[in-house]
Amino acid sequence: MIRVDDVSVAYGAVNALRGVSFEAATGAITAVLGANGAGKTTLLRTISGLVAPRSGSVWMNEARLTGQRTEDIVRAGVGHVPEGRGVIAEFTVEENLRLGAMITSRPLREALAQQYEWFPVLGERRKQAAATLSGGERQMLAMARALIAGPSVLLLDEPSLGLAPLVTAQLMRTVADLCASTGLTVILVEQNARSALRIAERAVVLYLGRIVADDEAAAVGRDDQLRQYYLGMVE
Amino acid sequence: MSALLTSRNVADVLSGVTNGVIYSLVALSLVLVWRSTRILNFAQGAMAMMATYIGFALLAPSTNYWVSMAVAIVAGMAIGGATERVIVRALYGKPEINPVVAMVGFLLVLESVAAAIWSTSSRGLPTPFSMVDWQLNHKPVAMSPFALYEIITAVAVMTVIAVLFEYTKLGLRLRAAAIAPEVSRLLGVRVGRMLTLGWMLSSGVGAITAVLVASNYFTGLTPTAMDGVFAFGFIAAAIGGLDSPVGALVSGVAMGVILQFVGDYLNSNAIILVALGMLVVSLMVRPNGVFTTARQRRV
Repeated sequence: MIRVDDVSVAYGAVNALRGVSFEAATGAITAVLGANGAGKTTLLRTISGLVAPRSGSVWMNEARLTGQRTEDIVRAGVGHVPEGRGVIAEFTVEENLRLGAMITSRPLREALAQQYEWFPVLGERRKQAAATLSGGERQMLAMARALIAGPSVLLLDEPSLGLAPLVTAQLMRTVADLCASTGLTVILVEQNARSALRIAERAVVLYLGRIVADDEAAAVGRDDQLRQYYLGMVE
Repeated sequence: MSALLTSRNVADVLSGVTNGVIYSLVALSLVLVWRSTRILNFAQGAMAMMATYIGFALLAPSTNYWVSMAVAIVAGMAIGGATERVIVRALYGKPEINPVVAMVGFLLVLESVAAAIWSTSSRGLPTPFSMVDWQLNHKPVAMSPFALYEIITAVAVMTVIAVLFEYTKLGLRLRAAAIAPEVSRLLGVRVGRMLTLGWMLSSGVGAITAVLVASNYFTGLTPTAMDGVFAFGFIAAAIGGLDSPVGALVSGVAMGVILQFVGDYLNSNAIILVALGMLVVSLMVRPNGVFTTARQRRV
């Protein structure tokens, strides 16, 4: 379980998050929704320690994550797939995965085999430079690279960005399947609210750094005001 | 065959390769630091000189050459690590001119400290192999056991560095930390340690180079012994591409051979002019270096 407790973040004079509090339940997908500039990416970066909050704290179960270095937070079991995927284009697919696997004690061959089973296209392209992959394949590689470390929490930042609707749908199905089969806790940041709400159990809606809704995903999806004013979901 | 091996041109090539591998090693040490921290280490030569003094001047004159060399390498790595932690780390994210000025200042400090402790007199180092050229039919071949030792050492160092970076887990982490530090953090890589290690490796390579240079009785060990070699190594790194270890190797050797011909056929005073001319032309034609491709540039 991830608990965000009254977190505020500022970039100079600009407040990116203002007193944000919510919980992401173990083994469930929590969607974090909102328009550009709502603070979604900052929220994930704060959880993984890339950004230090001005006040408040982030907890994983009983362990305080705030104040720890990113490397230690990742080693404690928080995987983060950043916006733009963060695939190292100069490395091959397998080198990217080997890098991700360095903090796991599992045998490398076994860990790689599992990722190739979940994402077969990566197995086919294992010797290719990541720069040659399509957008969808890069997203799969970024997810596989985070998953190969065996995290208990996965932070996904805009995984559908720049992907075709069919690829997005496939990706979301994969996230839902992984969550169901492994008990992974997922915090999914998305602008594509419709796709995210389809697989999430819970949804948090951010607007200008504040939480304006925190409810079951189905309830958020049914709320006309939220849909219209905060999520841009026009029928 | 013996006439060919003792001919003037072959002699120039052999001497050029011997000088060139030294330039390649200096260039490689610069590339290692540049790739990981985007800093041009102008103090590289002085740090290597200081490591050599520690290895050879602090130990008793009777100390075995190889022991002194090992001490110099360890001292070089320690100096490199300490420099990264104490000086360089405070310069990350600062304007580009700051590290340049800081490293030039550090160069002057190191040379002054060395002069104050060990004086500016040249100090002869023991050589493990003869520096007298081999002979074929009573004619010199322009290759001595010591020159061959220099070439073998340089090739061995480059091979070890290449294997480390391409085929080991540590090398993968070093490369990742240099290319994509934030992503590397998100994968649990301790980026700070990797950057320190990059500087240590670079300074270790520098120390080996300085020992080779100072062991040559034409040079000896002085506080400024590495200045000239550093200048040629720097030019080789800039021509080959500061991101390219292969570029460092090839351009260092090519420069050594070309400059040997220049010194032999034109005038030894023209060597530095030609070297600078090569640098200017290469920067005009291939500003990122001959061997740097877009894929190798940092993201």
